[in-house]
Amino acid sequence: MGLLSKIFRTGIVTEAIPPGDPEIVHLVRDVDLRSRRLFGRALGIREVDAGSCNGCEIEISGLMSPVYDSERFGFHFVASPRHADLLLVTGPVTRNMEVPLRKTYEATPAPKLVVAVGDCAHTCGVFKGSYAVAGSVDQIIPVDVFVDGWPPEPADILRRILTALGRGPRT
Amino acid sequence: MPVLKVYLVALAQTTLALILAPGLVGLIRWFKARLQNRSGAPAWQPYLELRKLFAKEVVVSRSASWLFRAVPFVVFASTVAVAFLVPMLAVPLPFDSVGDLLVVVYLLLLGTFFLALAGLDPGSAFGGMGSSREMTVAALSEPTVALAIFALALSAGSTNLGQIVARTMADPATAVSPGYLLAFGALFVVTLAENGRLPVDNPATHLELTMIHEAMILEYSGRYLALIEWAAWLKVLLFFSLLGNLFVPWGVATALTPGALCWAGTTLLAKLVALAVVLAVFETRVAKLRLFRVPELLAVSFVLAVLAITVSFLAR
Amino acid sequence: MPLLGILLDLMVGGYLCGALAALVLGRGVLARWFTALGAMVGAGAGLLLGILDWTEPRPAGGIDIYWLSITLPLVPESIGHISFIAVDTLGAVFLALVGLVGVPVALYGVGYSRAWEGRRSLRPPGTLLNLFLLSMSMVPLAASALAFVLAWELMAITSYLLVMTEADEPETVSAGNWYLGMTQFGLGFILVAFFLLLPADGSGDFTALAKQATTLSPGLKSLVFVLALIGFGSKAGLVPLHVWLPSAHPAAPSHVSALLSGVMIKLGVYGVLLFALRLLGGGPAWWGGLVLTLGAVSALLGVLYALMEHDLKRLLAYHSIENIGIIFIGVGAGLMFLSYGLPALAVLGFVGGLYHTINHACFKGLLFLGAGSVLHATHTRNMEEMGGLIKRMPRTALFFLVGAAAISALPPLNGFVSEWVVFQALVGGASIPKRQVAVLMPIAVAMLALASGLAAACFVKAFGITFLGIARSHEAEEAHEVPVSMQVAMATLALACVVLGAAAYAMVPALGRAVAGLGGLPPASAATVGWSLSLPLSAPGAVGQISPLPMLLGLVLLLAAIPIALWLFRASRALRVSDTWGCGRIAQTPRMQYTATAFAEPLRRIFAALYRPTEDVSIDFHPESRYFVQSIAYRARVVPWFERFLYDPVIARVTSWATRVRAIQSGSLHAYLTYLVAALVILLGLLLMWGS
Repeated sequence: MGLLSKIFRTGIVTEAIPPGDPEIVHLVRDVDLRSRRLFGRALGIREVDAGSCNGCEIEISGLMSPVYDSERFGFHFVASPRHADLLLVTGPVTRNMEVPLRKTYEATPAPKLVVAVGDCAHTCGVFKGSYAVAGSVDQIIPVDVFVDGWPPEPADILRRILTALGRGPRT
Repeated sequence: MPVLKVYLVALAQTTLALILAPGLVGLIRWFKARLQNRSGAPAWQPYLELRKLFAKEVVVSRSASWLFRAVPFVVFASTVAVAFLVPMLAVPLPFDSVGDLLVVVYLLLLGTFFLALAGLDPGSAFGGMGSSREMTVAALSEPTVALAIFALALSAGSTNLGQIVARTMADPATAVSPGYLLAFGALFVVTLAENGRLPVDNPATHLELTMIHEAMILEYSGRYLALIEWAAWLKVLLFFSLLGNLFVPWGVATALTPGALCWAGTTLLAKLVALAVVLAVFETRVAKLRLFRVPELLAVSFVLAVLAITVSFLAR
Repeated sequence: MPLLGILLDLMVGGYLCGALAALVLGRGVLARWFTALGAMVGAGAGLLLGILDWTEPRPAGGIDIYWLSITLPLVPESIGHISFIAVDTLGAVFLALVGLVGVPVALYGVGYSRAWEGRRSLRPPGTLLNLFLLSMSMVPLAASALAFVLAWELMAITSYLLVMTEADEPETVSAGNWYLGMTQFGLGFILVAFFLLLPADGSGDFTALAKQATTLSPGLKSLVFVLALIGFGSKAGLVPLHVWLPSAHPAAPSHVSALLSGVMIKLGVYGVLLFALRLLGGGPAWWGGLVLTLGAVSALLGVLYALMEHDLKRLLAYHSIENIGIIFIGVGAGLMFLSYGLPALAVLGFVGGLYHTINHACFKGLLFLGAGSVLHATHTRNMEEMGGLIKRMPRTALFFLVGAAAISALPPLNGFVSEWVVFQALVGGASIPKRQVAVLMPIAVAMLALASGLAAACFVKAFGITFLGIARSHEAEEAHEVPVSMQVAMATLALACVVLGAAAYAMVPALGRAVAGLGGLPPASAATVGWSLSLPLSAPGAVGQISPLPMLLGLVLLLAAIPIALWLFRASRALRVSDTWGCGRIAQTPRMQYTATAFAEPLRRIFAALYRPTEDVSIDFHPESRYFVQSIAYRARVVPWFERFLYDPVIARVTSWATRVRAIQSGSLHAYLTYLVAALVILLGLLLMWGS
């Protein structure tokens, strides 16, 4: 039973989210009260990689780790946009991913939120003007929250989602 | 009126099962989270998820038909019907004469059948895959269940659930007889298979190629998804109740007095929590089996059931 | 009883009028309707006759004789005396069965034969359908060996000709040949079995045969039983004599397939029961054990082969083999309990078998009619070319769904109730005194459960691939709903499935009375089971209770309660139609769905030891580059064990002998004259020898 003894020796490693830098969180529009109340405690997140370098993905996968543990806030990642309430989009939207991103947005039932993670999702970052890029995320689908960072830390992503839902410090 | 009282108890039992089911699954998830060294969501998280899902819109595929929209209701209705039949608080209940253990098994198969059809309806590849795998696992666990029922019926003299419970309570030695223990082992594996738990299926996976149950419901959203998820959680609770109350029936009320019913509720909760802990530890310990190794696991449970029968035969 | 006599005349008259109408009118809507009406009148009268006879109280083993016997001219009285139309309760059950399926099938034929207008003459199918139904009704009514064999042969010939209706397709001819061969093979065994039972004075009445049977040695009785089992088993489709079923049933027109699968193979069951119970009066335990084993093996093999089929009608034919297996599990269990002196359990076993007979006739008939509707609409039997038909043919889909749910033994439909009865009989089998024999019961339970689980999987595939999803071919896109007559026929059988399940509390005691008094079973008691809604069973070791009708009502109530509850709790009612989620893929084509072969693939791999599947993958590369693929063709085959290792060697041997014997037919006139002279000389010589 080496595994179980190791589990008990390690203990709970989840950390509280530190306050952090308020400038990173940009609310494009106020998430309306109804959505906030609806998603306040249970949120299904669908992650969409619209051509990112996977740097943001690695940070997002940290969200599910025992240290950041997004599940304690009621967030869980879902397997299909039909189950999702929030789309977490990364990457400058490449031409090949433009239609899939739109389809993912259409497939998500209302009410829904979109959070664009990373500088590439906000401004296309270093890929701006490339022949392979169709535009930033807000040019393809309506975005509610931007999280700037290159890549943003998991704590920043969490903080920002919580702020959008009215459960964290606001700017 | 005593007749009315009996029906009220049956209704209360089903309502209790419906209310407890999300909490039970939340508890299992909380235990698993703790065993993964993280705080995890509180045990009442599934209730919040249900509340959210009932308020969301439903998106239906263009290629789907009326069957897609009817299946969540059929699955939910069949699972609630089973909740009326499984002995949770008291025996004998009025619906004891409506269905016995075989009816319970086949009503659950009814839900699985329609859910598999719903996976095929929208014409997606994942849905077909989920349906195919789900029906394979369901078909292969049928003989084990049938033999386990046979073993239980041999000692109780009937497939009637109330009678099996009463018989074990009257004769405690049967509960530790090898036949019963082997049947318990076989049914535990079937519980894992039928409810899509590790090592047969990972309920938290996002990789479609590793899904069995999840793949069939990828198209569902909103209130339909809520009904299907709730039915799946209720199924877990019902299986746990069967495992608990058929094999360790002490606590089940035989008289319909408030004291006996409260005691029955308390023991039921205790059994559910105990089984939740066992399941959480088990799921943390094992890894998911490759799909084509699952029949081997089901064969192991079948062998356990065969041994249970053989032992019961030799012991007579 | 004048009413029964009138019904009998009506039955025979109806069929004969229908046949006459088909012969005389020949084509056009009038021909189709009058043929069908004749058949419906006949079948309806037969159904009523059967029900009335069945429910009529009569002493143990009592029979009623309606028509006096006929004596064939120029034939000695002792064998030319055909005693017709004497019904006992067991025969009445099967007579009712013929009528129950006959009425919808005849109605269905009206719409179905419209497709033949201008391409095929309506005369043969119409006439033969009526004669087929008539002969099938005569089999349970026969009361002497000769009458039985005559009716049996008439049934075989008419069904063969019906199978050959669409003889312009090559596989139909081969199917017909197989069918004819197996039928005659079975007939040979049945004839020998009857001969062995004939008393010295040659009167072939069943009562005389039964009396003769009591004087035979046990070894001879066992021989008769085995011969009858082989003969009737080949008609019923027991493994290993089942090979004609999967080719003959699909080759026939769909309503004829419904009759073949739903009724004709049940007459094989009737034959086994006739011999085992009525004529031979029960026997040693190994009879039941043999039947039980064959039944269990048939059940499992039937469904395993059905899983691999993507021809809809072949799939249904293999499922008939599976359900015949289940019926014989019940019958075998009953025989075993009978030999061990456990009459209550024996009745339970037989009742389970008979109940499943009736139920299977209903849902298999329904499924074949549904398959026929799909064939009518899409002109193909291949499931891989169908899809999305639920939107084009909603009512057919609904009825097929009811049939699929019934055959998968889903409560509260009839398939579940009869399987439950068989289960209870097997569970009760633990009280057999000999433990080595009693261990057969859990094995049978396991095989039965596996077969029923696999059947559910197979019907998810059959219904799902055929009706759900997106159309996989142009025909499926253009499919249209079938004519009203066909829909009404299917609706009738679907209703019967539901009602037969809910009315279990009446069916089980009624069926019990059918076997009462036969083979040493106790006669029916005057008191029937009380009119409760539940189906309590109490036999030693098998005490169980279910109530199908409250179950049905409860499920309907719960189904209705959920939307009401959702409305009460103010759940959102928003709904939006969008594309299927395909991971954001640009286009959704029918090729992206699961196929029937893909659906059964996990099971093919799991049971690979049985199937020994071989796979053919052929890839067409783009002419300009091997990095691009134009098309991939995947073909999967399973080994047909019985055909390859049992039948092919036998057929090859027989064919080689026949080829050698054919050397006599040299074509030379001189040789033939020599044969004649030689034969004459030998005969004269023999006469001289015997005369002196």
